[in-house]
Amino acid sequence: MSDVNARLSQLVSENEVVLFMKGTPLFPQCGFSSRAIAILDHCGVAYESVDVLQDMEIRQGIKSFSDWPTIPQLYVKGEFVGGSDIMMEMYEAGELQQMLAEKQVARAE
Amino acid sequence: MAMPAAEIEALIRAALPDADVVIEDLAGDGDHYRARVTSASFAGRSRVQQHKLVYDALGGRMGGELHALQVLTAIPN
Repeated sequence: MSDVNARLSQLVSENEVVLFMKGTPLFPQCGFSSRAIAILDHCGVAYESVDVLQDMEIRQGIKSFSDWPTIPQLYVKGEFVGGSDIMMEMYEAGELQQMLAEKQVARAE
Repeated sequence: MAMPAAEIEALIRAALPDADVVIEDLAGDGDHYRARVTSASFAGRSRVQQHKLVYDALGGRMGGELHALQVLTAIPN
């Protein structure tokens, strides 16, 4: 397994909720990433974020790792959930909140 | 230069002939669109799979030439 895939596998398995994004939760660098952060904050769950702008290998590697062409990307308990559009669709349908509850994800402090 | 809305629509229709496709220009700059795609072929597929059908229709342009395209998928009721 290539180095970047190993790093990515570790990131998605070690963190219950991880968002690969452009920028950071405090300083998102793209509208879609900031929307994803806002959704996660509304869900009130603890999450880890990875700034793909700081690591070109991760930025390209995550796209093939997930077979998904865009950033941001959300993983919950090691499973790819989707990008910003899918997070919004799920959130508006209450599905995201339900999934996070079912998977007993830790709440934000 | 980003793709014109009509071209985006044509690509999606070519791959999903039964689909109802509505392209909204979100920012009026010809670069930020939302594509609402309603198709019976989405039935029984997860949201990720539905979106991938649309991405495949766009022939790998998602994330590159089309970095700011929002996609919304729905199944006709």
